[in-house]
Amino acid sequence: MTRSDLWQTRGNVFTDGLAKGVLRYQWCVDCGASLTLTRYACTRCGSQSLEWRDAAGTGTVYARTLVSRPPSDEFRALVPYLLVLVDLDEGPRIMAHGAPALKIGDRVCARIQQVAGSPLPVVYPRRNNDVKDTNTGEAK
Amino acid sequence: MTSAYIIGVGNTAFGRHEGQQALDLMAHAALNAVADAELRCRDIDGVLCGYATTLPHLMLSTLFCERLGLSPTYGHSVQLGGATGCAMLMLASKLVRSGVCRNVLVVAGENRATGQSRDASIQTLAQVGDPEYEIPNGASVPAYYALMASRYMYETGTTESDLAELAVLMRRHAACHPDAHLRTPITCDDVLASKPVATPLKLFDCCPISDGASALIVSSEANDRPRILIRGAGQAHQHQHLTAMPSVLDCGAAAAAQRAFDDAGLSIGDIDLLAIYDSFTITLAMLLEEIGFAPRGGAAQRVRNGDFRHDGVLPLNTHGGLLSFGHCGVAGGMAHAVEAVRQLSGRADERQVAKATHAFVHADGGVMSSHVSLILSREGEV
Repeated sequence: MTRSDLWQTRGNVFTDGLAKGVLRYQWCVDCGASLTLTRYACTRCGSQSLEWRDAAGTGTVYARTLVSRPPSDEFRALVPYLLVLVDLDEGPRIMAHGAPALKIGDRVCARIQQVAGSPLPVVYPRRNNDVKDTNTGEAK
Repeated sequence: MTSAYIIGVGNTAFGRHEGQQALDLMAHAALNAVADAELRCRDIDGVLCGYATTLPHLMLSTLFCERLGLSPTYGHSVQLGGATGCAMLMLASKLVRSGVCRNVLVVAGENRATGQSRDASIQTLAQVGDPEYEIPNGASVPAYYALMASRYMYETGTTESDLAELAVLMRRHAACHPDAHLRTPITCDDVLASKPVATPLKLFDCCPISDGASALIVSSEANDRPRILIRGAGQAHQHQHLTAMPSVLDCGAAAAAQRAFDDAGLSIGDIDLLAIYDSFTITLAMLLEEIGFAPRGGAAQRVRNGDFRHDGVLPLNTHGGLLSFGHCGVAGGMAHAVEAVRQLSGRADERQVAKATHAFVHADGGVMSSHVSLILSREGEV
């Protein structure tokens, strides 16, 4: 995608990407930092020269929770569902849905799928799992 | 520069107040605080007011002042999530010390439990998430804290049983306070067996939704009672959204605390009373450990040692905290400060601790997003 200025970060570029089946993130043209969430300026160097890129979708599970108490009716039918934070290989962190067996440290790959009526990132374990740490992060 | 003293405190009972509106509860707490300060309403020249999710008015402070017959020379509302109360006290201190005001009323309250459905409350609160990246996933405030908890436990070795200790302690303390929302004793097994909300958090790891209000009067002149000084204050704001918090080991709590200690000219070893925000058990564990009141993963061990009890070396949330005294939004976070003032001035009745000279008060808003630390000291000693 093309370089963006403040005006080009208007709207919902990330959400529009999901609707097109693409996982987008911002990248700083000046220092090369990859940014989490949508920003007006680079979190590392402050530059406003940001461009949108497409992520490969591969990453590592940073945090996980199995949700039993949904915030809205749309999600009531899905409980319990697993929410994860994933550190994409390009650098940004995103929230996603995932299979309940996923653990912190698992290598995953994201696909954009319909969840409760909206296109959302859903992560699956990578086949060639190179996980070294299998700690679940939760007491059993 | 003059000093800023807390000369009066007031609160309603926390729990369910059927039929009471946000303004009713706020007025109740405010009038209690004014009476406690031995002032008249016309002595109040500054009003800082929290927000109320059940009364999202554009000018809540002005609305409240009109209803109560106050005509302050300075007044407005403040919005900083759970940190609002501490932020208002910090601002009140600045207003008094700079001579803008003599007596500032800091007040908040709402009918969060009876004024809306539980679903409405959960949905309102979930909006602190990012509207593109977080909320569409079906995330809620408990889910944000649960995600954070999973990572914190992974990095520090904290267990669900460890978190349960904090819930049990808060309930134990609430049992000693007549105004607390939840006073029935619980055990660690009860916490572990309570209804799942979002792993690793169960129902008893989460604060209740309460009705209630709190108020404090910050003044340039101390009264005859022990003089309670706002000795130091500090803030930190490092992120809004959980997704944007780089590390669960640096959420901003330590940075805010250090600024408060520097402001007060004190260090962590001087503190002998804690009043720390506890929206979830994980909140309390992370704040205690990041600020340095327990080693990483070690908060539960200090509970097991008895250190945080009324008769321990470092009493913590002697009113029962948000987890059991209750959470009605801004006023929930203010109840910690109200309790610290009562302890420091020797007015905590059967809950009174033996030695309280310097209290550390801390609150966070959002998902450990905005942090405000206060150090309240009893003047004239140490």
